[in-house]
Amino acid sequence: MAESYHLLKRADFIFRNENDWEEILTKTIKRTPQDIINELISSELKGRGGAGFPTGLKWKITAEAKSAEKYVICNADEGEPGTFKDREILSRVPYKVLTAMAVCAHIIGSKKGIIYLRGEYHSLKEALEKSISEFEYYCKKIKLDFSVEVFMGSGAYICGEETALFESLEGHRGEPRNKPPYPTIKGYMDKPTVINNVETLAHTFTIFKYGSKKFYDLGVQFSRGTKLFSVSGDTPKPGIYELELGMSLQDFVNEFGDGDTKAVQVGGASGFLVPRKKFQETAIGYQGKLTGISLPTGGSMMIFNSSRSMFNVLDNYLEFFREESCGQCTPCRVGCQQLLIGIKAVKRGERPAQYLEKLLKLSETMQLTAKCGLGQSVANSFASIVENFREEMIY
Amino acid sequence: MDPIQSLIKELAVKHGRKRESLLPVLQGVVEQERYLSEHSMIEIARELDLPAAEVYGTATFYSFLEHRKMGRFVIRICKTISCSMKGKNQVLLAIQDMLKISTGETTPDGRFSLVETNCLGLCHKAPAMLINEEVYTDLTPEKVRELLSEYMMK
Repeated sequence: MAESYHLLKRADFIFRNENDWEEILTKTIKRTPQDIINELISSELKGRGGAGFPTGLKWKITAEAKSAEKYVICNADEGEPGTFKDREILSRVPYKVLTAMAVCAHIIGSKKGIIYLRGEYHSLKEALEKSISEFEYYCKKIKLDFSVEVFMGSGAYICGEETALFESLEGHRGEPRNKPPYPTIKGYMDKPTVINNVETLAHTFTIFKYGSKKFYDLGVQFSRGTKLFSVSGDTPKPGIYELELGMSLQDFVNEFGDGDTKAVQVGGASGFLVPRKKFQETAIGYQGKLTGISLPTGGSMMIFNSSRSMFNVLDNYLEFFREESCGQCTPCRVGCQQLLIGIKAVKRGERPAQYLEKLLKLSETMQLTAKCGLGQSVANSFASIVENFREEMIY
Repeated sequence: MDPIQSLIKELAVKHGRKRESLLPVLQGVVEQERYLSEHSMIEIARELDLPAAEVYGTATFYSFLEHRKMGRFVIRICKTISCSMKGKNQVLLAIQDMLKISTGETTPDGRFSLVETNCLGLCHKAPAMLINEEVYTDLTPEKVRELLSEYMMK
């Protein structure tokens, strides 16, 4: 067993009270931008939306970009199936997120923040806007020129993809852009933009408050700090849990499973399905582990027990992707449709079992050629389910 | 000026007439009217000085910007994996049975529309649904029958 594995460890930072936000904000913006960026870089905080880009580096590149106009955007378009942590953060500790946005704006030279809130979370809007007005009032008091606006989504999973989100903010269909250029150089309105997930911003608050060492000492190599996990499915205790990164999936299942866990979907529909026999060798964290498989995740953990048919699970995912594909690029638009038609045909016996190999090839092609993360990641769940539960796909 | 035109004018004053104002304006109309009629979309195009096809193209991308006539109460029941595993179908059948409509339809009196939607982010309290913006969780057929009876009184 590699040193990078550890037992499941609970933590309590994110939802710890935020009553001191005024003090943290005032104190932090007195530091030099370089100092704050170095603090973030040495904490090794990585993006908690799932992609895992180093947060300090993102802020640094945007700070160095030359432009009179820059933006800070909080991505609250939490649409990945099985994820519900950002809703909780925005309802319970909104000032942490706002403080982080203001600090970021101060560092990169921006005056404008936007929270892109998914349409499904409309019920949070009013309370959030109330917090924002109090927050802006305090910013004025300390002579910090910064305002925040809530922009509502309208029910499109793809808008969680950062460039699709910009398109949506700009009043267009949420179709992802080509990358590069990256948002740090050309983001919202083609201006340098920091776009962070809600949880990532909340973690920076912890780092401003306690210093980077405290954060760095949690978790394991390459996967520092804690993470919120959204636990659902066949579990006696569904909910949101803050855990240190780097635990083995076996330990996770021992804690949250119902004693009959057959598989866990790590990272939502766009993530990977891990069957029981691989729980021990799978760790939860970002790449770079010495041994075993390590899976990064936005925190969605869906647990399936032995009463579940993996065919139905895959069928549900593929229908989701088919509906949520923006339709812009052919591999994703046609691929999602054909994968769904294909597995149904195999299940009904209209196609031979070997047809699954063709479908696997198609999913591989989507991974290589689709324009954005949605189309590219369909292969993750598709291949991990078809390869591990082939018999369930056939009969 | 008809009521739709004045609503759109009002929204344009509030949100501006830039391209970035399009979504908030569309959302504003849906909030009032529950859907975007062809007339609404043409009027929005006129007010924001955009091609009508652009307005239509943008609006139809988003699942909450309905362009079919919807009822006063739009029921959106989540069909994604966690809700599906926790008995969404029984709840859906109970609703269909009570309202006498299938998924995608509106009751003849124009009060209720029923649609299935993708993940609402309430997987730990599955099955879940929205009625307009209100959130309802941990649904059972009994619970949903009771809830709908209340809505029928509204």
